[in-house]
Amino acid sequence: MKMVEKGWRPVLVLILLLIIWQVLVPLFEVPAWLLPTPGQIGLEAVNSWPNYSGHLLATIRLSILGFFIGSTVGLGVAMVLHLVPKLRETFYPLLILSQNIPIIVLAPLLVIWFGFGVVPKLIIIILVCFFPITIAALDGFKQTSSELLHYMKMAGADRRQIFWKLEWPHAMPSIFSGLKIAATYSVMGAVISEWLGAQEGIGVYMTLASSSFRTTQVFVAILLIMCLSMLFFAAIVLLEKRVIRWKTSGGGDSNG
Amino acid sequence: MAELVIEQLTKSFDGAEVLKELSLHIQEDEFVAVLGPSGSGKSTLFHLIGGLYEPDEGTIALGGDKINGQKGSVSYMPQSPSLLPWRSILDNVLLGAELAGHKDKEAALQMMDKAGLSGYERAYPHQLSGGMKQRAAFIRSLLSPQPLILLDEPFSALDEFTRSEMQKWLLDIWQSNKRSILFVTHNIEEALFLADRILVLSEKPARVVAEFQVEFTRPRAEDITLTEEFLQYKKDIYKVLKKGTGE
Repeated sequence: MKMVEKGWRPVLVLILLLIIWQVLVPLFEVPAWLLPTPGQIGLEAVNSWPNYSGHLLATIRLSILGFFIGSTVGLGVAMVLHLVPKLRETFYPLLILSQNIPIIVLAPLLVIWFGFGVVPKLIIIILVCFFPITIAALDGFKQTSSELLHYMKMAGADRRQIFWKLEWPHAMPSIFSGLKIAATYSVMGAVISEWLGAQEGIGVYMTLASSSFRTTQVFVAILLIMCLSMLFFAAIVLLEKRVIRWKTSGGGDSNG
Repeated sequence: MAELVIEQLTKSFDGAEVLKELSLHIQEDEFVAVLGPSGSGKSTLFHLIGGLYEPDEGTIALGGDKINGQKGSVSYMPQSPSLLPWRSILDNVLLGAELAGHKDKEAALQMMDKAGLSGYERAYPHQLSGGMKQRAAFIRSLLSPQPLILLDEPFSALDEFTRSEMQKWLLDIWQSNKRSILFVTHNIEEALFLADRILVLSEKPARVVAEFQVEFTRPRAEDITLTEEFLQYKKDIYKVLKKGTGE
């Protein structure tokens, strides 16, 4: 209920924008291959469901697999870097540097190295997913309350106990914000990787549509990507609510 | 087993001496309060006993065994309750025992009941009042297997009313669950009301400048704080503290 109460403003703006779009396109006589109306896009989305359902499924599979591997890698990297400070000092700057390489540039290289199979696609998704998780988890570990750390040390906790009983649960909220970002990135990563050459996927559907000037279908693809990202995001939020029950109510985004 | 003997303890940080040849001892089941001006190395003393640092010189022995630099030999209750926010009160209370490797849920539930925390087993720390959190923190140290408990100004963040409630509560529960206690405070009345013996520390570098045996019989009633004797103790201790800081 709270979601409905808070959510009506952005929804209203969205509907208003769609209406303006719907009205202006015929008014200025913009042809459909340049910019279709929301109505046309909606109709296309409903009618061509059998055409793209396979593509959609392929993208969902790819992004979920990539997301899982990416988050595991991300958490693993964060844990190793956190537990071995020397490694952290060495690799943290390199980690940031790695994010300055544009994925779009890297993608063709990966195809040259690994072919058109699933491997280069997964690598791309892992690359976009692991970074936000690693950074978020590292920050979370580091921000562990010094008061609690002091207590744990005085109480005789060893390094392993301090990590699993204090730092890990303490970093949970940060890890979840990383996971949320990574979840939405994973869809984008999957689509980019499909552009490179794939049998099926939203990326393929989109390239086919744009090369034949079926602009309406391009918009359908965009719509699908948005919905998928939102769905993934929502799934993580749901998971977060189940895992983190101890937060004081409404921490972060209170005051609607 | 719970006898703490500290001899000639010296510790300096970056050339500044914090403790100098400090010696003290605590007998089994004795309640000893340490009074000192703020910044007098009280927390350094605790860190040394807790094993976070190694002393430069001197020995710390518990029950005859040297525990210099050995973590986990004593149980500890800090100034802030330091309960883990993601654990229920029951799990928090069990934490000290869990770290040492054996937890006894039954004992914990009984102790919580005695402490007036029954019904809050599954609550999270943020749902409790300040006094209740401190009670939970104290039970946590009581349930730890270590024979000596260090209390680091545990009630200083509480309001005056809660504080005196907590002092009475602490004596009550200690009476039936005897342990050796080393209690650091900067409140003379608190030390007098609670302790068997009071040690007064000097300014840095800290050492024990005076020792007072507090002769009130136990169990102690609240009105001893109004007696002539109590006031006399207070004056004497105040004098020593003044002299310690004045020079």
